[in-house]
Amino acid sequence: MTTSNLLFDIALTHLYGRARQTIISILGVALGVGFFIAMAAMMVGFQRFFTQKIIDVSPHIVMEDEYRERPRQPVSWFFGHEGTVISLQGVKPKEEIRGIKNAEKIVDVLRQTPGMNISPTLEGQIFYRYGSTDVSSTLKGIEPKSEKKITKIEEDIVSGNLDDLLTHSYGVILGSGLADDLNAEVGDTLTGISVAGIIKKMKVVGIFHTGITELDKSVSYSLLKDVQVLQNRSNVVNSIRFSLADPNKAEEIAKQIEEKYKYKTVSWQEANEGILSVFVIQDTVRYATTGAILLVACFGIFNIISTVINEKARDIAILKSMGFTESDIQKIFVFQGILIGVVGMVIGWWLGYMLSIAMGSIRIKMEAIITTEHLYIVYDIMHYVYGGIACMVAATVAAWLPARKAALMRPVDIIRGAAG
Amino acid sequence: MSGSGRPLLEVKNLTRVLPLEVPVTLVKDVSLSIDPGQFISITGPSGSGKSSLLYLLGLLDRPTEGEIIIDGLETSKLSGRKLSSIRLGRLGFVFQFHFLLAEFTILDNVMIPMRKLGKWPENEQEGRAVSLLKDLGLGDHLHKVPSQLSGGQRQRVAIARAVSNEPLVILADEPTGNLDTKNSKIVHDIFRDLVDKKKTTVVMVTHDLDLASKTDRRIHLVDGKIASGN
Repeated sequence: MTTSNLLFDIALTHLYGRARQTIISILGVALGVGFFIAMAAMMVGFQRFFTQKIIDVSPHIVMEDEYRERPRQPVSWFFGHEGTVISLQGVKPKEEIRGIKNAEKIVDVLRQTPGMNISPTLEGQIFYRYGSTDVSSTLKGIEPKSEKKITKIEEDIVSGNLDDLLTHSYGVILGSGLADDLNAEVGDTLTGISVAGIIKKMKVVGIFHTGITELDKSVSYSLLKDVQVLQNRSNVVNSIRFSLADPNKAEEIAKQIEEKYKYKTVSWQEANEGILSVFVIQDTVRYATTGAILLVACFGIFNIISTVINEKARDIAILKSMGFTESDIQKIFVFQGILIGVVGMVIGWWLGYMLSIAMGSIRIKMEAIITTEHLYIVYDIMHYVYGGIACMVAATVAAWLPARKAALMRPVDIIRGAAG
Repeated sequence: MSGSGRPLLEVKNLTRVLPLEVPVTLVKDVSLSIDPGQFISITGPSGSGKSSLLYLLGLLDRPTEGEIIIDGLETSKLSGRKLSSIRLGRLGFVFQFHFLLAEFTILDNVMIPMRKLGKWPENEQEGRAVSLLKDLGLGDHLHKVPSQLSGGQRQRVAIARAVSNEPLVILADEPTGNLDTKNSKIVHDIFRDLVDKKKTTVVMVTHDLDLASKTDRRIHLVDGKIASGN
């Protein structure tokens, strides 16, 4: 105990003696930690907002009426062992009636799974004409009752009501971007032209705004049976949508369903693979940037401790001749690194927190992947913990290297030098 | 501890060779036995290996060959950690340069070895340091830093620090090398007192033959070998 106090006292006096350099080292560390926290708050905030929106707005799993692979030809069933070369020319795909066969039965079976909600849907392309504007959209035929269990689209409806679909024939709910493009408002009547060539007057009963630009600009909702009429496919369903109690299990469950029913079944992770992989790149850039800042801070620590060691070589010599061990000497200098690290970390925490608050208060109108008026900031204690751990490890290593050198100094060499 | 009549410090066939490209022999086949309570001087021309011998005796350097027995303990095979602990509790060093820690007051400087050893309780350490410094005529300077003192005063602080853990042996390497005649005499008298009153053993390397003549025993080295005094 006494020894530690003594070593700490000596360590402190060394830093006092180089107050300015010490403060700069501390600031270097603080900047590293602070920027790490602020960047994490902003980027992870955006990522979480986006992921949460995807989970809320779209189903966790979608079963589509297609297959992932072309069906195998009989010849390859029979001869297609490894090493056999088969060449078939001019194979014409069989024309099948589109839609999920036996959809009702699939729905009935899967409804038994606990925690799973299911909504059979018919999706198709449609043109809306209003005044002189034509806009194409993906029209989803839904049941309001089951839709509410699948997505949180109801929460995103900014005017009108999801249940109004039931009280109007050929009612439609438009995405906000779509409504803007059409110049349409709730109560307006559009002309809907489906790819099957059927034309109906459709009344706008609601407008939703998710914040995800892509969705708001292209998607609209109607009743399932109305869409079946518009697409001229009565009783047909071409996608079955699922929501799960735990969205993180979507990939696994999607795989199981696909194995069982063969229809291409896509989890939200797969559907959004592109954007999720952008997040991975974003994270890598974030770690690299803050890593670089911390590395520079480390050089600061390494530098100040090396300087102190060169300056205090005589002190090291006398302490060792007095009976201080190598590890005592090493501790003195590692203490200094840890001290700079701890103070820098705490200031960095404060800095990161303040930067997060500042960024959160900035008004930014942005219409890119998401439509928003401010940055999404997340306050996650783990960012502070990770920043702290990285900072302490870096500071300790940066101090340990020169400290080791100091510990191995031979007092005789220094004493001889001083005497001569 | 060492009242049994056995020598306090014993050196057998001690050789130290610097393993340079052309090896340099600093100390050659020195055997020596030092009894407790003696004031011993080591003299010799420069380069005769007197400081090297002192560093070996003080366990600051390891011999190439031979044994060093301190207070009955053979040291050549001991770990660095063990050697540190022997230095801390049983040896005290005074060098030509004072080697005081510049940022600490002289009181704190003297307390450092005590705080490290922890033999005396914390509340007694300061009192002991104060009385050591007062005995050496530094009672008025306790809270000054070394740069505020004269060369002679600093060297006295260094002596106070060396004796603070009541070592068995004080090893002094040209302790008066930077001092004028008056201060040299003061330092010499302090050592004399330590030997006479506290029965501490003092081994002092010096080139001042006048001072050396006043010690109990003179060991004269030439070319790393004992020429006389054994």
